[in-house]
Amino acid sequence: MEHASSSFWNIFQKKHKVIHCETGGPPEIEIRDLTVAYPHNTVISGLTCHFNIPSLWAIVGPNGGGKSTLLRTLLGLQKPTTGKVIFRGFCPCDVAYLAQQNQLDRRFPLTVGDTIAMGLFREVGIFRRYTKEQRGKMQAALEQVGLASFAKTPLQALSGGQFQRVLFARLILQDAPVIFLDEPFTGVDTRTIADLMKLVHVWVEEKRLVIAVLHDTALVNEHFPNTLLLARQFYREGATEKVLTKTNIQSMIETSQAWEAMIGEGPHG
Amino acid sequence: MVDFFISPFADYMFLRRALMACMALALGCGPVGVLLVLRRMSLMGDALSHAILPGAAIGFLIGGLSLPAMGLGGFVVGFIVASLSGVISRFTILNEDASFAGFYLISLALGVLIISTQGSQVDLMHILFGTILAVDNTSLFMVTGITTFTLCILAIIYRPLLIECFDPGFLRVIGGWGGMYHFLFLVLVALNLVAAFQALGTLMALGMMMLPAVSSRLWARHVWSLFLFSSFFAVLSGYFGLLLSYHLEWPSGPSIILMAGLIYALSLLIAPFGALKRQQGRD
Repeated sequence: MEHASSSFWNIFQKKHKVIHCETGGPPEIEIRDLTVAYPHNTVISGLTCHFNIPSLWAIVGPNGGGKSTLLRTLLGLQKPTTGKVIFRGFCPCDVAYLAQQNQLDRRFPLTVGDTIAMGLFREVGIFRRYTKEQRGKMQAALEQVGLASFAKTPLQALSGGQFQRVLFARLILQDAPVIFLDEPFTGVDTRTIADLMKLVHVWVEEKRLVIAVLHDTALVNEHFPNTLLLARQFYREGATEKVLTKTNIQSMIETSQAWEAMIGEGPHG
Repeated sequence: MVDFFISPFADYMFLRRALMACMALALGCGPVGVLLVLRRMSLMGDALSHAILPGAAIGFLIGGLSLPAMGLGGFVVGFIVASLSGVISRFTILNEDASFAGFYLISLALGVLIISTQGSQVDLMHILFGTILAVDNTSLFMVTGITTFTLCILAIIYRPLLIECFDPGFLRVIGGWGGMYHFLFLVLVALNLVAAFQALGTLMALGMMMLPAVSSRLWARHVWSLFLFSSFFAVLSGYFGLLLSYHLEWPSGPSIILMAGLIYALSLLIAPFGALKRQQGRD
């Protein structure tokens, strides 16, 4: 748990210098033979994969299959054991990230306006006031997520779906070319999912790369042209209809059952 | 009226000093306590406040009953204990709360041991329960200095600190030095605990921070208004606590904390977001 009284040592935790930035060539994220191992288990093993910019990717896989670990690695928060992550044509600070909703305290005493304003933090810094133009941007972002009149509403008065819309508005304001979404639609109502998916498509049209960790394969089949199926050492990547096949899903389930059986026997269950 | 509410402070210099110290303390502890609650670090505060004791005891050995010596010792040791328990929870399977509990019990025992073997029973009582009525000029300067420093730092780092409290991962990803703000905030917590320790003793130093902050949560729903309510409640408990302790000859530290507790209880009953109002439909 990253929140809570949160380890005192988090304050010394820096972004690992594990991401290589290169210029030249078409903009993309290249993952080359990536392995991430924790002391007692290897979560990602030998992953090689390209995410072009712009494109729309879903990451699908069983719990513990390495989805969140992959995102953390791409964010520079997790050090790979071997292998490389290369950002071509953009730098790590161009990444916007939506964490899983349950990591945030929804009763925190902020208004919707305060929350989305965080998206402009890099622009305004610590002291400056928000300019008229920036206020306009905030209002526009709220309108885009369908919360035009909510600027002064406290967060705790929002439903789960509305809260997620607020976080999407914050992503709009961050205006990043690469956007990672970690389970953005868990516990969110279907209408909100439909609205937010439209927004995701707009982002891709705006030449951004969006990578979303998802559970709902129906949603992936409907909206996501590319998929990375990830179950530790087993992975498939490419066009969704070629990845989400019966055989692949079957092998994924078998692999995950194999390691779950191991966890059951092991001392660290 | 006047006799009851004002003349004790008009008549006695030591009461005036105590009142001033209380108010300075309240202004600093109010906002820090609110942030501590919002950051869900009440436990860390608890551990820090207990960990101050052995440090204060070492300061006491060297400098006697002087706040600067004990304060410095407390600050240093408090910080060491906080980081050690962080290390333990990182490298073992113990949760942070478990390792904190372990550490502050050890520090409490160690502190009591040092003081009772090297000093008198009275010294021990002073350190555990505070001596706000014995505040001298040096301590007063120290407390007001800490408050001024706290408020200045908070004003400077207000915006990123709030982001850090709400969503630490976000600040880290956008490269916003989240760790530094968190660290600065911890320094402020430790400093304010050291300041509160003279007035309330190590056992209750956290009370001046937590109780008003928790009460304010029931009255306000913006961070700035939480700060105001929290400081206001802390000032109220300081004033009425001293008044009670003068008229009824109660010990001052517990009286102050009990007043803060009374405000908390009242808030639960009558505040807009208290327990009673809640049932009549939320929000």
